[in-house]
Amino acid sequence: MPEPLIYEISSPGRMAVTLPESDVPEIELPPGMVRTELPLPEVSELDLVRHFVRLSQLNHSIDTGFYPLGSCTMKYNPKVHEDAARMPGFAQTHPLQDPNTAQGNLALMYSLQEWLKEIGGFAGVSLQPAAGAHGELTGILILRAYFRDRGETKRTKILIPNSAHGTNPATTAMSGLQVVELPSDSRGNIDLEALRVACDETVAGLMLTNPNTLGLFEEHVLEVADLVHGCGGLMYGDGANMNALLGIVRPGDIGFDVLHFNLHKTFTTPHGGGGPGCGPVGVVDRLVEYLPGPLVEVVEDDDGDLAPLYALGMPPKTIGRVKSFHGHFGMHVRAYTYMRMQGKAGLRAVSDHAVLNANYLRVRLRGTYPIPYDRICMHEFVAEGRWEEAPGVRALDVAKRLMDYGFHPPTNYFPLIVPEALMIEPTETESVQTLDSFAEAMIKIAQEARTDPELLRTAPHNTPFGRLDEVQAAKALVLCCSPG
Amino acid sequence: MNYPQDLKYTKNDEWVRVQGGSGTSGITDYAQSQLSDIVFFEVSASVGAAVKQGEAFGTVESVKAASDIYMPVTGTLTEINADLSKSPDWINKDPYGQAWMIRFQIGDPVQVDGLMDAAAYEMYCQGRSH
Amino acid sequence: MAYLPHTETERAAMLKAVGVSSMEDLFGAVPSAHRFPDLDLPEAVSEIEILSELHAMSEANVDMQHFACFLGAGAYHHFIPSVVDHILRRNEFYTAYTPYQPEISQGTLQAVFEYQSLVCHLTGMEVSNASHYDGATALAEAVILALNHHRGARREVVLSPAIHPHFREVVRTYMQGLDVSLRGDDILANDSSALSKMIGPSTALVAVQYPDFLGRIEDFTRLAESAHAAGALLCVVVNPLALGMLRPPGEFGADVVVGEGQTLGIPLSFGGPYLGIFTTKNEFVRKMAGRLVGETVDSRGQRGYVLTLTPREQHIRREKATSNICTNQGLMALAAAVYLSEMGKQGLRRVAELCYHKAHYAAEALGAVPGYRRWGEGHFFHEFVLACPRPVAEINERLLEYEILGGYDLGSVYPEMRDHMLLAVTEMNTKEEIDDLASALKEVAHA
Repeated sequence: MPEPLIYEISSPGRMAVTLPESDVPEIELPPGMVRTELPLPEVSELDLVRHFVRLSQLNHSIDTGFYPLGSCTMKYNPKVHEDAARMPGFAQTHPLQDPNTAQGNLALMYSLQEWLKEIGGFAGVSLQPAAGAHGELTGILILRAYFRDRGETKRTKILIPNSAHGTNPATTAMSGLQVVELPSDSRGNIDLEALRVACDETVAGLMLTNPNTLGLFEEHVLEVADLVHGCGGLMYGDGANMNALLGIVRPGDIGFDVLHFNLHKTFTTPHGGGGPGCGPVGVVDRLVEYLPGPLVEVVEDDDGDLAPLYALGMPPKTIGRVKSFHGHFGMHVRAYTYMRMQGKAGLRAVSDHAVLNANYLRVRLRGTYPIPYDRICMHEFVAEGRWEEAPGVRALDVAKRLMDYGFHPPTNYFPLIVPEALMIEPTETESVQTLDSFAEAMIKIAQEARTDPELLRTAPHNTPFGRLDEVQAAKALVLCCSPG
Repeated sequence: MNYPQDLKYTKNDEWVRVQGGSGTSGITDYAQSQLSDIVFFEVSASVGAAVKQGEAFGTVESVKAASDIYMPVTGTLTEINADLSKSPDWINKDPYGQAWMIRFQIGDPVQVDGLMDAAAYEMYCQGRSH
Repeated sequence: MAYLPHTETERAAMLKAVGVSSMEDLFGAVPSAHRFPDLDLPEAVSEIEILSELHAMSEANVDMQHFACFLGAGAYHHFIPSVVDHILRRNEFYTAYTPYQPEISQGTLQAVFEYQSLVCHLTGMEVSNASHYDGATALAEAVILALNHHRGARREVVLSPAIHPHFREVVRTYMQGLDVSLRGDDILANDSSALSKMIGPSTALVAVQYPDFLGRIEDFTRLAESAHAAGALLCVVVNPLALGMLRPPGEFGADVVVGEGQTLGIPLSFGGPYLGIFTTKNEFVRKMAGRLVGETVDSRGQRGYVLTLTPREQHIRREKATSNICTNQGLMALAAAVYLSEMGKQGLRRVAELCYHKAHYAAEALGAVPGYRRWGEGHFFHEFVLACPRPVAEINERLLEYEILGGYDLGSVYPEMRDHMLLAVTEMNTKEEIDDLASALKEVAHA
């Protein structure tokens, strides 16, 4: 049963909130500046609560079921993080209050900066960017600023493998630089020959996701970095897949000069139905002075007795702010809590188990689903949702049928270089029993594709909603309801 | 798939009908089938504008892709199919007829000779669908 | 290890199934010289220990639960009804991701559709996206919309100096690679009529703030007319809570309305996460960046919602996309939707009026304290400027002794405003707090 819109349960004159009387004299409102209509709903608090609770029940979520959405790292979001971020001493602090009155916040941010530097192998980290794509924009603007500062204004090209996420080219264009696409080889790595040809004095950098979007560790990463550095360019790392690398390898050690982290993936700050994310950026020594500020710095060292004194500072050649204030502090608290509770050994175990779980599923599905680049994968892998014996069935149908079994489908149709792609990322927090039941559902669906393809093409059947008509949505464009 | 014999074709999947010094253009049957349900069409250039070969003159959008439409040969726009913006689904239904997009005065007739004929374009399309 | 479920036996069986003998064997593709670095990170602590550690850190801060707050400047201390956080803590909302699969994401999709509707009605605009990172990035995206609207032919933007300084900085950051000139905000005295004179044939966008950074309110109808006469677009940056009472910028003829949505039920949280509001007119919908939810039907004939117009986005359009943005501030948009529904037509108006009355009471009371005077004239909403007898930082330091968080030091961004304090008063400030501030200011007027 569809839930009515909040406006449809509104009754004129009804009110939910209670507010105090004014304790100061009420004066005339500014003439000519007061609105006559305020078309907001009028509902009771109980009706409002039921409305939003019912809506919530129409969602699949990590806390209700397995969510192997490739490249999104849908791991368990610990509940203690939510309590931590809501502590009044954190949640009720103002971003512009004197830093001397916010030393607890600055200490937390400073530790987070230091730990991300250590995990990534970097000399500096800015916590400001709001999301992965925002971190990317930050990183590419840093590359641009670096070359301009050195007078190398001819470096305007960014090399991007064809397996890359669409944000990479979009970010490049937003930064005023040009995209040059590179092909992949038969093992899913960058084509080194093509790279060699592309590397010249006009290259600003290469954007590389490693592990790449096929879930494979770039086998020639050192050679790729050498080629790019050899022509004077810099290496940008998309840290979307850092969940495979904690304590395994530091991107800064294998040639990456800039990298954005996704705290909402690797460090499990909740995805929130599409955000807020958090995308800190780490850089090597020669790029630190271009980072967006403010950064947290120690201005007076810990003298044994007193805690160190922290302050906010702007790097000397900063690209500028990328958002207002200091970044998504609420997410910093959650990521800090996570890193403290995992500790050094725990973070390594996170990546070990993320990779083990992905390989276990890969092996369980091998033979049932084509796996185009079938070698040991990292934290995710890509299968194809198509069979010669079931010509009418597509990856989309497999995805929709999975919902009937209670699972969120994998990412489909990405990466673009695999036809009918199903990109599966189980994460480390799933038990072997969950992985097995998912594999069994996938195997059953592969059989259904041959015996009853219609069942897949009309799926899902057991969900509150059937397939939605995207063509009508785009043609008729209803983006806002009427208030009446 | 339909590849009318009397038209010329570009690598970007536009077709051109040449009549004397003027041309009519739209996107091909192959292009519309790749895009699937088209929901939006817009010409960004205006009548009287001189547009060079290969420059974008408009955009077409389906639920899964958006694509620029390029000038098949250099020319000056004389007419835009205004009705098509209101019913972009014609592009799916009748790509070579009702869904013509622009008419123009051909600036450089030599460029027309460089375009593909129906047989060459058909081979080009088959080569892309594996 | 926290949150890792495998037993030793299970782990061994899984490794065997994969065909390797140890965890290390899974990482053969990683260059051996750099594999398994010994990281300098602290050892793990338990939940009991982390809670006490965090408690101590958070208690090292001055917070609004213990101090009276008169600091605003773009982030405000407002009442958040309990119901808002109870909904945000629904597992199905906060542990879901972007609604790529609409059949099992109708909760998020409909909530975003309601958010879009509520924000359109509040701003008087026709379409809203599913939100941006914050108000500042929303303004930067408005500039990009205007540049794209003019197909790159106009490369000048007129910015009011009374737009939040962080917002203007962010616009400059975004524009550094795009050959765009930003002008107008170098002198604080540049008012609407001065800005109006700067509009020319290469102006893509004029942007102003309402209420402005100094709290002032103004009718921008004439500025919209001048912008439109020159073919430029007008963007108004708003505090959405003020629109509970003030005329919406849609009435002035604004083409884009953006704003910081933190005031709609989102905690201060030391600066984030907040909510970037972005609304515009129907004619610019395809130029608008970010996600959008639209209404449709499902295969069973039920009304439902999907992400729509996705071809504008980076995953399809790649370098031709309107922006690289992927996420929105989903959970923060939900907070705003719940907040606006809970407040409703009467509640939001009442909150805005309480802010207005209390701020005006405060302006009068504080302006009457010897040595201080209210700066500026004209209408204001809930923020105003106080000229002070000594540096603002010194006054604020002293006010801490009275458990008061003083206002923003305007001299830090406008050189001509040295010793001027920007004070915000909301429904959270009682008359008693305002009176206490007045007497404290009197006591700290001299060194």
